[in-house]
Amino acid sequence: MKRSHWSIPYAVFLGVFVVLPLLLILVYALQDGSGHFTFANIARFFSDSDALGTFAVSLEIAIENTLICILLGYPAAWILANRELNRSAVTIVLFILPMWINALMRTLATAELFSMFGIQLGKGTLLFGMVYDYLPFMIYPIYNVLNKMDKSYAEAAQDLGATPWKVFWKVTVPLSMPGVASGVLMVFMPTVSTFAISEFLTNNKIKLFGTIIQENINSSMWNYGAALALIMLVIIGISTMFTGGRGEAEEALI
Amino acid sequence: MKKFFAQCYIWILMILLYAPLIFIAVFSFTESKVLGNWTGFSTRLYENLFTGRMQGSASLISAVENTLLIALVSAAVSMILGTIAAIGIHNMTGRGKRALLFLNNIPMINPDVITGVSLFLLFIFLHFSQGYLSVILSHISFGTPYVVLSVMPKLRQMNPNVYEAALDLGATPSQALRKVLIPQLRPGMVSGFILAFTMSLDDFAVTFFTRGTIGLETLSTYIYADARKGGLTPELRPLMTLIFLIILVLLLVINIRQAKMQKSE
Repeated sequence: MKRSHWSIPYAVFLGVFVVLPLLLILVYALQDGSGHFTFANIARFFSDSDALGTFAVSLEIAIENTLICILLGYPAAWILANRELNRSAVTIVLFILPMWINALMRTLATAELFSMFGIQLGKGTLLFGMVYDYLPFMIYPIYNVLNKMDKSYAEAAQDLGATPWKVFWKVTVPLSMPGVASGVLMVFMPTVSTFAISEFLTNNKIKLFGTIIQENINSSMWNYGAALALIMLVIIGISTMFTGGRGEAEEALI
Repeated sequence: MKKFFAQCYIWILMILLYAPLIFIAVFSFTESKVLGNWTGFSTRLYENLFTGRMQGSASLISAVENTLLIALVSAAVSMILGTIAAIGIHNMTGRGKRALLFLNNIPMINPDVITGVSLFLLFIFLHFSQGYLSVILSHISFGTPYVVLSVMPKLRQMNPNVYEAALDLGATPSQALRKVLIPQLRPGMVSGFILAFTMSLDDFAVTFFTRGTIGLETLSTYIYADARKGGLTPELRPLMTLIFLIILVLLLVINIRQAKMQKSE
């Protein structure tokens, strides 16, 4: 037996547990309750003002969250990757540690903290909690790219007379864009699709797209739920194409 | 000066990031029902947690057991499946290899909700009754990619002739596998196992969708249900603190192992 054949069991497994389930989302989305082909589920989304509203709010929160994470995370990643400013590897472990703790638990801890200080739950607390949850996912990929970057580019720019400010904007930032792109991928999509988190951080005042998918599936509206999931998948596909498509942060954890 | 500002920024961010976890940890050492109300130092909540003298303790203990059982079984299967797959993929070329690596990435990129819903539909479609087995299979599906990705680099570093040499010197294929191949891949397999294990411990959404209606609770679904009833049971504070510490130790172990391996190379 050739050793390349050793991948066959996993290929079959991927077919059943990754490809088939994704195809089933498409199939269920394009069926009505009795199994006939229809576009009604998709059409229903575009005429459902509640769902459209939730969708718009989710995108808005996700964009804001992503921007705040870039603004806060980029400087942090830059400092962590700079050997003169940070020599400790432990700081980096401490920054990625929250990625491994259940987001639900961190969210509940945050929500408890808000209620302890008597802060009203609403959009502000939702954004705050989201930044909490996703900042490490932005910092880590940027840090990784900056850390692996060939320092001689920056040195060359400096030798050729660029000011430190110019070196940063014209050399470091453009070279670190792949890291920013995978950070965006890891923050934007999960924010749109979270469920449970937004319920706890806003006391059920604001729903995100993930929540309405979950509500429909749980109340046995599988076809409409699948249609919403399909819309989500299309957006994932588009944003993956834009950002070059690898979960670099997750991969880099290994 | 620049260094001072940089350090300050990092520390402020770190403190903000850890504030909720630290508060939970601090208030796990007091008895008060409400977080933020310090009623004196006490290890009562820890005692309650371990002796089971609390409301709904039986279901909490079974939730912890389920979580560990599911994580151990799914990570073990992921490790075996993923290692075999990695050896196969390593020996492939061209389009097939690219396709498998692409499919391997999907579970890592997909948001949990999509993975959960898609697997839920799969089990409905196959008329597969949902419970322990469906949850474990789902966890294997998102854990195995991490094993594949941690074993692949070890295969690339390995001298491909060593395995052939063992065969030429008279080892049977299974001996060569046990005595030559696996020892070289072990560090990658262990890292992959730990990653799959933490991923499984961490999961909420996929379990939520694939556990069916047999009343199977893991820690995260238990916490979710508890919080929805209004406020966390105080005993969950020591529990969260302990989980936080376990993950801290696991991550430090992985990192120290990696640092050691890099040094020895």
